[in-house]
Amino acid sequence: MLAFIVRRLLSGVVLIAVISFLAFTLLYAAGGDIARRILGENATAETVAKKTAELGLNRPLLAQYGDWLSSAVTGNLGRSWFNGELVSVSVSGRLSVTLSIVIGATLVSAILSILLGVLAARRGGVIDAGVQFLSLVGFAVPGFLIALLLVLVFAVNLGWFKATGYTPLTTSFSGWVASVVLPIVALSIGAIATVAQQVRGSVIDATSRDYVRTLRARGLSENSVIYRHVLRNAGGPALAVLAVQFVGLLGGAVIVEQIFAIPGMGQLSVRATTQGDIPVVMGLVIAFAIIVVVVNLLIDLAQAALNPKVRLS
Amino acid sequence: MTAIDVPPAVPVAPVRVALFRRLTRRPLGLISLGFLALVAVLAIIGPLIAPQDPNFADIRAILASPSGAHLLGTDGSGRDVLSRLLAATQTSIAAALIALVVAVVLGVVSGLIAGYYQGWFNTAATWVTELNMALPGIVVLLAARAVLGPSVWLSMVIFGILLAPAYFRLVYASVTAVRSELYVDAARVSGLSDLRIIGRHVFSVVRAPIIIQSAIIAGIAIAIQSGLEFLGLGDVNVPTWGSMLTDGFKNIYKNPVLLVWPSLAIALTCIALTLLANVLRDELERTVTVRRRRRRAVLTATGSIATATTSVALGGGDLTDPDEIPEVADGDVIVHREDARSKSTEPVLRVRDLRVGYDQADGSHIEVVHGVSLDIRKGEVHGLIGESGSGKTQTAFGVLGLLPRGGSVTGGTISFDGVDLADASERVYAGVRGKRIGYIPQEPMSNLDPAFTIGSQLVEPLRKHLHLSAKDARERSLDLLARVGIPEPKRTFDAYPFEVSGGMAQRVLIAGAISTDPELIIADEPTTALDVTVQAEVLELLRDLQQERHMAMLLVTHNFGVVADLCDRVTVMQNGRFVEQGPVRAIFNDAQHPYTRALLDAILDEGPARPPLGAENGVVA
Repeated sequence: MLAFIVRRLLSGVVLIAVISFLAFTLLYAAGGDIARRILGENATAETVAKKTAELGLNRPLLAQYGDWLSSAVTGNLGRSWFNGELVSVSVSGRLSVTLSIVIGATLVSAILSILLGVLAARRGGVIDAGVQFLSLVGFAVPGFLIALLLVLVFAVNLGWFKATGYTPLTTSFSGWVASVVLPIVALSIGAIATVAQQVRGSVIDATSRDYVRTLRARGLSENSVIYRHVLRNAGGPALAVLAVQFVGLLGGAVIVEQIFAIPGMGQLSVRATTQGDIPVVMGLVIAFAIIVVVVNLLIDLAQAALNPKVRLS
Repeated sequence: MTAIDVPPAVPVAPVRVALFRRLTRRPLGLISLGFLALVAVLAIIGPLIAPQDPNFADIRAILASPSGAHLLGTDGSGRDVLSRLLAATQTSIAAALIALVVAVVLGVVSGLIAGYYQGWFNTAATWVTELNMALPGIVVLLAARAVLGPSVWLSMVIFGILLAPAYFRLVYASVTAVRSELYVDAARVSGLSDLRIIGRHVFSVVRAPIIIQSAIIAGIAIAIQSGLEFLGLGDVNVPTWGSMLTDGFKNIYKNPVLLVWPSLAIALTCIALTLLANVLRDELERTVTVRRRRRRAVLTATGSIATATTSVALGGGDLTDPDEIPEVADGDVIVHREDARSKSTEPVLRVRDLRVGYDQADGSHIEVVHGVSLDIRKGEVHGLIGESGSGKTQTAFGVLGLLPRGGSVTGGTISFDGVDLADASERVYAGVRGKRIGYIPQEPMSNLDPAFTIGSQLVEPLRKHLHLSAKDARERSLDLLARVGIPEPKRTFDAYPFEVSGGMAQRVLIAGAISTDPELIIADEPTTALDVTVQAEVLELLRDLQQERHMAMLLVTHNFGVVADLCDRVTVMQNGRFVEQGPVRAIFNDAQHPYTRALLDAILDEGPARPPLGAENGVVA
């Protein structure tokens, strides 16, 4: 088990290293043009050259990456070219905001997907058709359209929630809930659509297995058969889909944060991108990659907990 | 039901010219195709029919309501909404198409190559896929935007690259499956070039899934492209659905209607594409389902009873008794009279005129057991014998109330110690099934839950039915494991099903069945899936347990050797009907029905497979 974790952890580190290298080369390849873009069209060639040297952009790309990497491993991701803030500080300050929304959406999606998927698989008929239809629409309609609709209905017309802004969890719990309900709902719908379908399929598959009949023959209650045995066996594929959905939720958060004016990583990404603040973009890419690697590791651990074959091999 | 698992075939459906007609015959297909056709036409001629320049801003008419001059009003900068919508349709669709084409070309080509040649290319492609999964697509697009500047087209080329793995995986999986097919080998042997083989055999296989995937991917491309534009990262001079949304969002309090048009355009296009993908899947993969069913039918038909393996220990010649004259009763069932050794006690299980049927998808109903009757007395072992598909397992599951979905007891009575179980509710079965009736399945390995230890699967029913404490249930389980001949009960108790052998697993299942001291055991071919040597041991165990605990047993089998070994009485079943019933000696010595005789002949031959009985009459159950 320990070897399994270590192996997954190592491959995650390798993955992040590869991503950092690729991202760095692509982001910094533009070289001197970057200084020009920062200083504007009217800057003289001399000031551009000076700025280029100041930012170290005139050095070989590999050397620049080496510098970045050696300070990155100590937690220093450089400074923003525009406001001089430490990238590590501005990214980590927004990390909790984005994570609270994305993790909230993941939990909501997981719970509702299980309920809907099991319901559709067990009941069949009209309920199944209904869940299938909702899944289809939820899958097809982009999350940010749902977010806009929610803002329009619940914030603008009904005034139930604040349309924009964010209250940190540490300031006020109820304030936090009120500020994240709409974003989480907007993000979850698409994920629920996909995961519920997977749960439905896996539950139907697991229910038709021989051992389920034998468990019933042993006189176990329907609840124990479905929620203890079937769901545990159906959990593997559903978790795998949830892991993929998590990456999708992170991406969705970028847009949803913009709609609800939530000061998270997404908002920072959009700002840094439009400004061409490369160190910040680079820091965000690494932060997103680390989140994905960590979540995948957690999902692997959950898989191992569910499935003894994974655990013991 | 069948133990034969047909591996999920790669969707192999020839895309015919008639596909278009088939799609339009279905309402959802017609609607989505119609809508997409409209969008396509507007995308092509939109800018031509637009009443005004989509970028012309009339500062005197900002946020104007719909009027003759502006059919859908104007936006926050005074631009005509209808004209912008038409122009945006063109750019949005074109942008999505770019992503789609890049993804298809990259994904399909690399998938074909990697799947066909395997090797290092394969490893590299898998790595790229992994890399791709590690970042949300929009983050990559944002990063690219930081370097490349605001260009819809460049973003979509990059997005196409990000989408390519979806096609790669699909094509790769299909090609790997087809590659090993014999007809591809044959093509190679007959000297066709790799290119011809790929074009001819491989591409025809992946075509259908690619079409379905493309409908889905096109929807995703439209969504993400609009998302990017909505974030304000696009070129401000190019009208797109996403940039129209941004404008509407800015004016959400003043004129929320501005949000409606681009939202509708995006949502309806995405829904239409998804619906189309669904209809396509139904249409293109239907042929596959038919093929699979046919294959399964063939396999079932070849599962002949002559595959019986145990050698038969027939009793001595003292069985001939002139009194045992077969008589015909219960319609055409030949019922032999009881011999002196029959136990005369009350039956534990009394089945009368039992019928089992299945609801079909098309609403019809197929009966598989046509009114059968039998009695099982206390401590008696009753063999139910017949070939595969004769309905013996259906009869057993009918008694247990465990028919697969769609199946039900449609007639007759099942009386277990006075309780009628025929199509009874779960509440009636509670306290009977698993407590007073035990069940031993056929396949040991697939009948234990792979996610739980063997011990916990034994303990759970004990705690429920006998209300034992965790400790007592554990002790009793260990005793049971020792009793059924498991050498290291403690180790097996803590093991997972995949850690023990088939013979051990079957002993575990037997331990589970007898754990609550049931009055009746229903054993469905308990030795069929085991090695010959293990079969004898398990049969001996069953006989010992049955005698020691004085349990009644319904033993479903296709093997007269097992019947001779264990049973007191036997019923012969064919095509959903009982044909002969009586004490085991009477059947062995004086079989009347030709089917019984044929079954007996089959084991005495000791060998070669023969066609399923009844097949000559065209009856294949």
